[in-house]
Amino acid sequence: MRVVVDFDLCESNALCMAAAPEVFEVRDDDFLYVLQENPPEELRPKVEEAARRCPKQAITIED
Amino acid sequence: MERVAVVGASLAGFRAVETLRAEGFEGAVTVVGAEPHLPYDRPPLSKQVLAGTWDETRLPLVPIGTTLDDLDVGWRLGTTATGLDVAGHTVVLDGGDRLPYDGLVVATGTRVRTLPGQPDLEGIHVLRTVDDALALRAAFERTPDRVVVVGAGFIGAEVAATARMRGLDVTLLEALAVPLERVLGLELGALCADIHRDNGVDLRVATVVERFVDDGRGRVAGVVLSDGTTIEAGVVVVGVGVVPNTEWLDGSGLTIENGVLCDATCLAAPDVVAAGDVARWYNRRFDEVMRVEHWENAQEQGAHAARRLLGRDEPYAPVPWFWSDQYDRKLQLAGRSRPDDEMRVVEGSFAERRFVALFGRGDRLVGVLGMNRPRPVLQFRQLIADGASWRDALAAAS
Repeated sequence: MRVVVDFDLCESNALCMAAAPEVFEVRDDDFLYVLQENPPEELRPKVEEAARRCPKQAITIED
Repeated sequence: MERVAVVGASLAGFRAVETLRAEGFEGAVTVVGAEPHLPYDRPPLSKQVLAGTWDETRLPLVPIGTTLDDLDVGWRLGTTATGLDVAGHTVVLDGGDRLPYDGLVVATGTRVRTLPGQPDLEGIHVLRTVDDALALRAAFERTPDRVVVVGAGFIGAEVAATARMRGLDVTLLEALAVPLERVLGLELGALCADIHRDNGVDLRVATVVERFVDDGRGRVAGVVLSDGTTIEAGVVVVGVGVVPNTEWLDGSGLTIENGVLCDATCLAAPDVVAAGDVARWYNRRFDEVMRVEHWENAQEQGAHAARRLLGRDEPYAPVPWFWSDQYDRKLQLAGRSRPDDEMRVVEGSFAERRFVALFGRGDRLVGVLGMNRPRPVLQFRQLIADGASWRDALAAAS
């Protein structure tokens, strides 16, 4: 799977980081960093949860 | 359980449906929604939609990992539930239809409160639905001389900010001494007042509308304030809070007390759960019965309520979280702060307009507010979830 973040929508609310810290990190510069663009399949539930939790619906998952 | 009815077609109801299917429920799901729209997202209404940067086609909620069609829902939109028979497991709809269920999710949310004696004049707006937002945006596009916003809560503040960013002159009225006093207390509320004024908003605190001025042709011409002055305006937005939609449940047997009363697991009655703005439940984490009007709660409680209906009786005990975008500032608030809590700025400063403030009550950390500091808000939210003491929280901050 490929994790795609629309950075025009992303406002660094960091809820994705709470749901899937292996994939999403909001750093001290307040920007979101995608740590793994192609996370392993076992992380899918967490990545989907992160996508759901994003208040801006900025995360999409491409297969 | 073979048939689930969800009454309420906004975020909580939508997430409940998504969760039912994700958990393997294959029975019939019927969603009843009063608005004539499929579920859509409300936060952009006071921001991007009102600003004119988004059109309304970007609002519909989309499920993750599946499609709307694959959710296989029977949609009853533009339909209002008018009654509930808990023992008989039946929802009564307007028009007299009866909708039987094995499990019910009540997610009818809230509607806007109006001012006492508020007249029905053109030019007086509220903001709750996409139709409200489009009407208000059209009013903004006609470049009124002045917009009056009544209420400096989160909605009023965002409407004022968006109007201001569109270049309109704005007068913002707040009944209390500072905006958001009941949520943030006097010091932080005063900062919010400063930020409005920094951005050129004419903020009047400790001020209410005495009456509306009618132009004699059915349009609003202004408002008369409690201090006797008159503000002329062709657009007045009333943002003085919301009330839960529970009238349809009178006499149903559910306990209605500022919302639908639920236990710690979101159960309101056998085979009935509630979620979102309408639900008032016992949050074990704060030992408090609460009703939360924020986006994230609608989402998470909708999911939890669906799982509860399917038999998973875990308590729903979140640390509530909220965000608000005002001008170029992003506020994030987590926990359950009260105006009389101890408030301490632990990072940044008011002057920088970038900081983290913690709220303590007794020896507990109960809340965190960040202004343009998302990462520490997340970290302190976790500390609140862990039951951190006030002392440990302050230690973590340094």
